[in-house]
Amino acid sequence: MLTLTDVSFRYGDDVILDAVSLTLERGQIGCILGPSGSGKTTLLRCIAGFEPVCGGEIQAGSNKLSSPQHQVPPEQRRIGMVFQDYALLPHLSTLKNVGFGLRGMSSAEKRSRALHFLQKVGLENLAERYPHELSGGQQQRVAIARAMAPEPDLLLMDEPYSNLDLALRQSLGQEMRALLKSLGATALIATHDHHDAFAMADVTGVLNHGRLLQWDTAYRLYHRPADRFVAEFVGKGVWLPGRIATGQSVEIETGIASGSMIADWPVGTPVDVLLRPDDVVHDDDSTLTAEVVNKQFKGSEFLYELRLPSGARLLSSVPSHHNHSVGESIGIRLETDHVVVFRRESGESRGKFP
Amino acid sequence: MPGGGTTRTAVKPRTVRNGYGLSPLVLAVAFVASLPLLVVILSFLGGAGDVWPHLARYVLPQALSNTLWLATGVAIGTTLIGVSLAWFVAACEFPGRRFFSWAMLLPMAMPGYVLGFAFAALFEYTGPLQGGWRLLFGSSEHFPDIGARGAAILTLTLTLYPYVYLIVREAFASQGIRGLEVARSAGFRPLQGFVRVTLPMARPWIVAGVSLAVMESLADFGTVKLFNYQTFTTAIYRAWYGLFSLQSALQLSLVLVVLVLVALILERRLRGRARYNDPGTARHSRRITLSAGRAWSVSLFCGAILFVAFGLPAGLIVKWSIENFALEFDSGYWRLITNSLMLAGFAAMFITGVAMLLGFTVRRSPGIANRSLARVATLGYAIPGAVLAVGFFVPVAWLSRGLNDVIVGNDGTVIALQSGLTVIFLAYLARFLAVAHGPVESALQRIRPSVEEAARGMGVSGLRLLGRVHLPILRPAILTATLLVFVDLMKELPITLMTRPFGWDTLAVRVFQLTTEGEWERAAMPAVAIVIAGLLPVILLTRRRY
Repeated sequence: MLTLTDVSFRYGDDVILDAVSLTLERGQIGCILGPSGSGKTTLLRCIAGFEPVCGGEIQAGSNKLSSPQHQVPPEQRRIGMVFQDYALLPHLSTLKNVGFGLRGMSSAEKRSRALHFLQKVGLENLAERYPHELSGGQQQRVAIARAMAPEPDLLLMDEPYSNLDLALRQSLGQEMRALLKSLGATALIATHDHHDAFAMADVTGVLNHGRLLQWDTAYRLYHRPADRFVAEFVGKGVWLPGRIATGQSVEIETGIASGSMIADWPVGTPVDVLLRPDDVVHDDDSTLTAEVVNKQFKGSEFLYELRLPSGARLLSSVPSHHNHSVGESIGIRLETDHVVVFRRESGESRGKFP
Repeated sequence: MPGGGTTRTAVKPRTVRNGYGLSPLVLAVAFVASLPLLVVILSFLGGAGDVWPHLARYVLPQALSNTLWLATGVAIGTTLIGVSLAWFVAACEFPGRRFFSWAMLLPMAMPGYVLGFAFAALFEYTGPLQGGWRLLFGSSEHFPDIGARGAAILTLTLTLYPYVYLIVREAFASQGIRGLEVARSAGFRPLQGFVRVTLPMARPWIVAGVSLAVMESLADFGTVKLFNYQTFTTAIYRAWYGLFSLQSALQLSLVLVVLVLVALILERRLRGRARYNDPGTARHSRRITLSAGRAWSVSLFCGAILFVAFGLPAGLIVKWSIENFALEFDSGYWRLITNSLMLAGFAAMFITGVAMLLGFTVRRSPGIANRSLARVATLGYAIPGAVLAVGFFVPVAWLSRGLNDVIVGNDGTVIALQSGLTVIFLAYLARFLAVAHGPVESALQRIRPSVEEAARGMGVSGLRLLGRVHLPILRPAILTATLLVFVDLMKELPITLMTRPFGWDTLAVRVFQLTTEGEWERAAMPAVAIVIAGLLPVILLTRRRY
């Protein structure tokens, strides 16, 4: 449905997008995940047609939308956009906002069509309200209904949750996915929060400094990151130094970590091993112990920060009925189904990241 | 909590005492400001009298139709010019944009009657344009003539469009091109998007700016008199000076006041129900890149308006003043300048002083009564100067010697002489209090009560509080207020003309007298002084970095 081939964008001398390529199938929900300033918004604006590309090509089906030589104007692209601030038109009622992009039909038809989409987002009883009379979450749904009403080929959403409060956004990911699926939307969503991406997306790309580092399922981004940045951006963990032991295991300070692993380096190669909090399991019977230096209560579990005898730190996620105090030593063991390793080069960072 | 308790009891009486909040000072100012309205209305309630049939038959129809034409023409003209300029400057990129951004405000400095006489001099039979036309075509027969109505509308449009430009530019700048992007992603072409989203979103600001321009055109006296275009203000003036009929003047004033009220109500209606929040500022506040041809056309458009509305007339009056300098510059001219400066200067300080007293009083006891009365007190800005002149003259004259004597009085100037400076100061106060009140009030609001409380806590109170806290913070606002009022007074015409004491000719009055006699070139020198003063607020507005 949507194909980007080596899309580049420069603003003056700054490279904002650097050879971004991705494919989105019809009916899929894609997420562009990246820190602020990574180029997410610019990527969406290029696809929507608000910014000209400096290199590469954007295609929808067999239609060429953007290339350095040719630009289809935004109004001819059949791409709906939900802006970060929703950009509802303040002088129009909710219903008229939703009907805004409907043309070539009678006003009665327009009205029933707009009402239909308002129903789909569950706001039909607020049709005559004005945007300032709606809550943030309601405004967002109106914006989605407005973008979907003309039945675009593709829906773009820029940071859909950044204007909502925290309590709301955590419950919304799944709901949003269900809504988009029920509308049959093909959607590309920009976000900086991997929880949002995991909750909504069929496929997610991690963007950093304008480069798309990996375009993959959430599961593989977490367990098979193609890049250190991806590994650090989609979850917590620590880096520990180690050496390749066999094709399926690596030797680190706490012993041997084994599991499925992508590394075809010779035995003994120095590597950095990624240990996520769920890779480190609390076990009172284990001979391997570590001292609790910090703990965070998360409700159903504790996130313990542990210190190994060497001084290296580990994170461990432990069910919350195991309440240990700071200073105590507890038994741990590694449970690594997937071992993430990167070849260590001198000067590369290692240690804990949030 | 004993501590909390004592604080409570210490604060409580203060708020309770001020809860109702009716201060004699606020009441007095509101009374003064609404006095002319009361006079005008009461005079009609006392019976239409025998002049009314005459007015209704011979004066009203023309005055009404001309005034409506003028207001409509100015509304359309200022909308077209002001809104298009605001959009170009706020949302597009074109050569000279930064320059035009402030330069398009320059025509504000040029009062309508000055711009008007420069045009009149250019277009009259012996003027350069008709002369050139005769050289080319042999006679003046087909020389285009827009008539008095066209001339008045054009002149007022060119001096009043900056109000619309200034207000709407602000709206467009905060709105950005986001609305246009929404429209385009909904499938509208750029021009459709502009009409369907950008304009409706800016409507409240457009209405506000245009209604200011319309109010000014309803109040205008100098420009329409110059072109002999009979409107209500000139009719009132004629009833006053030509027919010596106070009653006619009062009745015409009443009709004009009704027109002003209609305009005010129309403005409220046009703003509509929807609340216009700014739809969010686009993160990249980018401007529309125009093709080279279009960009230069926009520059040309801005340049042409600036040239016609400011460059050309300013150049002409400067040229004439230099040519006539030796002839005109004498002790009489000095006298005009000192008169103008003294009248405008003292009145500006007086009005700013009243504005500050009003602001402080309402701040100290912000009850509903005080706040409403403060509104009434600043309403005079909407009332044309000619009406204020009549409305104040009658009660003051009545107080001093009884109304009957005044009506049999012979010459207008002589009548005015007896009232001294009282009427002129009161009318100035009513008309321009709002101008001073605006900056003072918004500066006062920025001093949070905690600042005062902190000072009190450190033992500073009473007059020392005023001197050490309020005045230093308010000083820029006080200067701004005084300056704005001063400049408005320098160019003010109807009130000064109708109520000045004998011998108090000002620059504006002198320009008026000379232009009534068609002495364009001699009128240039006093006009230059007025325009220079008028440039001050433009500089002020520019420095505020809109």
